[in-house]
Amino acid sequence: MSGESFLFTVFAAATCLSAVAVVFSQTVVRMAFWLIIALGSTSALFFLANADFVGAAQLLIYVGGTLVLLVFGVMLTASGPYLKIATSPGEIVLGGLVGLLFLFVVFASLNGVEWRKPTAHSIEAGSQVVAAGNTLRPLGLSFLGSRPDKDSSTDGNVLTPGYLLPFEIVSVHLLVVLIGAAYLARAKRRAVQPN
Amino acid sequence: MMFAAQSIAEYFQRFGGWQYVIAAIIHAVLLVHVFAVSPFAFIWLERKVSGRIQDRLGPTRVGGLFGWLQSLADGIKLVQKEDLCPPAADGMLFRSAPYIVCVSSFAAFMVLPFSDGWVAVAADCGLFIMLSILSLEVFGIIMAGYSSGSKWSLFGGMREAAQMVSYEIPLAICALVPVIASGSLNLGEIGGMQRGWFTNWFMFHDPFTFIAFFVYFVVATASCKRAPFDLAEAESELVGGFHTEYSGMRWSFFFMGEYASMFAVCGIASILFLGGWNTGLAPIDQALYAARSAGSDGTGGAAAIGYLANVIGAGVFAAKASFGVFVQVWLRWTLPRLRIDQVITTCLKYLVPISCFLFLGAALWPILMVAGTGRSTWNSPIGDRAAEGLQETREGGGDVAAVSASGVDLGMNFPRINEAELEGVVR
Repeated sequence: MSGESFLFTVFAAATCLSAVAVVFSQTVVRMAFWLIIALGSTSALFFLANADFVGAAQLLIYVGGTLVLLVFGVMLTASGPYLKIATSPGEIVLGGLVGLLFLFVVFASLNGVEWRKPTAHSIEAGSQVVAAGNTLRPLGLSFLGSRPDKDSSTDGNVLTPGYLLPFEIVSVHLLVVLIGAAYLARAKRRAVQPN
Repeated sequence: MMFAAQSIAEYFQRFGGWQYVIAAIIHAVLLVHVFAVSPFAFIWLERKVSGRIQDRLGPTRVGGLFGWLQSLADGIKLVQKEDLCPPAADGMLFRSAPYIVCVSSFAAFMVLPFSDGWVAVAADCGLFIMLSILSLEVFGIIMAGYSSGSKWSLFGGMREAAQMVSYEIPLAICALVPVIASGSLNLGEIGGMQRGWFTNWFMFHDPFTFIAFFVYFVVATASCKRAPFDLAEAESELVGGFHTEYSGMRWSFFFMGEYASMFAVCGIASILFLGGWNTGLAPIDQALYAARSAGSDGTGGAAAIGYLANVIGAGVFAAKASFGVFVQVWLRWTLPRLRIDQVITTCLKYLVPISCFLFLGAALWPILMVAGTGRSTWNSPIGDRAAEGLQETREGGGDVAAVSASGVDLGMNFPRINEAELEGVVR
């Protein structure tokens, strides 16, 4: 067992076990604690895959941002000292069903993909090498709407759009969700009638 | 040699397949010492400096005239203390909170270069990783405040968390100002670009980076929850804030984390603004880089001299970072505490807009320089400096301009601002 696969096993196990612990713990802040471990180990998996930027973004956004917000919310809104969530048996069954269904989807889609080892290749734009070797730069470029790997192979007149449109749709969707959440959560005040 | 061995792992490649294990063990052991010894030294410094500022002597008993073993005596006392957990506390969270604080400030040293090539992980986005790891520290503090089951702790924890979260924003923006100037997030590369005379330090790159250094330092002081921004753990008002209920080693873990993150943010400041391991005197830097270059190729005596050059570099870096810590201590005993609303006002109403302005100014500066004077910096361009380092790694011949012009082809993405192109943008 090489060092990397050993570390992968450790962090993958930490991710899975603490994810299970999130589900089974009762106190909200304990759930947040286990979620930190789960998300932190996920970012460790990213670091292991040499995706430093994604790993750091995972730490900064999910652990440092979202979770802090969650704990803040719990601390500011809780009525008692330790807020507990009791799950009824019906909810457990329903949640278990949804979880199993999701597991099935993930498993089926993982099996459906034909996995290949990434091959070393370089992408050239004009005389300059845009990306060489197994880097994530082609993926990043395609998120920005440029596909030098495809465009250089065709005659150059037709530009391939990349993933820019879906990416933008998702971000606008997130914005809509944020506005909707703010609308739903706003304090509903009745307009004060003048005497 | 500038980019010869970018990290310790690369250096140990010559020993075969175990290089990562060896590098990891050596680096971890060294870092544990940095982590354990630097609080040891800084706590003693804090006591001595505060004593002198208040016209006292400070510790004089343990370890001779200057009381330099005082921290050891404190440590022994703390180890002996009982490990308490109040009955109202949530035991598991209460016990694990100090470790989160400690681990997050310790892990940040993973990407901090101490000298040329002396870094555990030479990540391309090292600064980003470092800031994101440092931002985890707040979690341990919230946990400690919440799980103690005490109102003092909860208030302290809330204030501390609000303060740390809001000061993260200007901290990151100020750290971006020299990143704009250098065009790299790799802390090793940023340090290497500031070789030569001290005018090459990014602090003196343009007026915006000059101001950004001071703003960064203020913000870093606040994000380490140091005075004058330490109301959240003010002894006289909140009985110690989030760590009210802690005692013994768990309590001291919070302080080890605090002093380590003070050193970490001052280390970032020294690399981003103050030239990192470069001495700031061109002839000395030249000699040190030549010694490193000879050392990485040669064996025996040359290798030893190259190693010595790196030790000197690490010493220069540590001296700059420690001076930053000293200034933080000095501030603590000079300025009165701010009220918590003043702390947050300072951040959100003043420091955030100032840092945004600096960010914008630093982005516009090269364009304005090109429009006014025809060159993008007032001293030697960054691309040339980076290429100069690169050129030394190749066997002689070829002038700097040729290498810097072909920066992309060498596999190094140096930020080479094309001045002709910029002129086109301006006109």
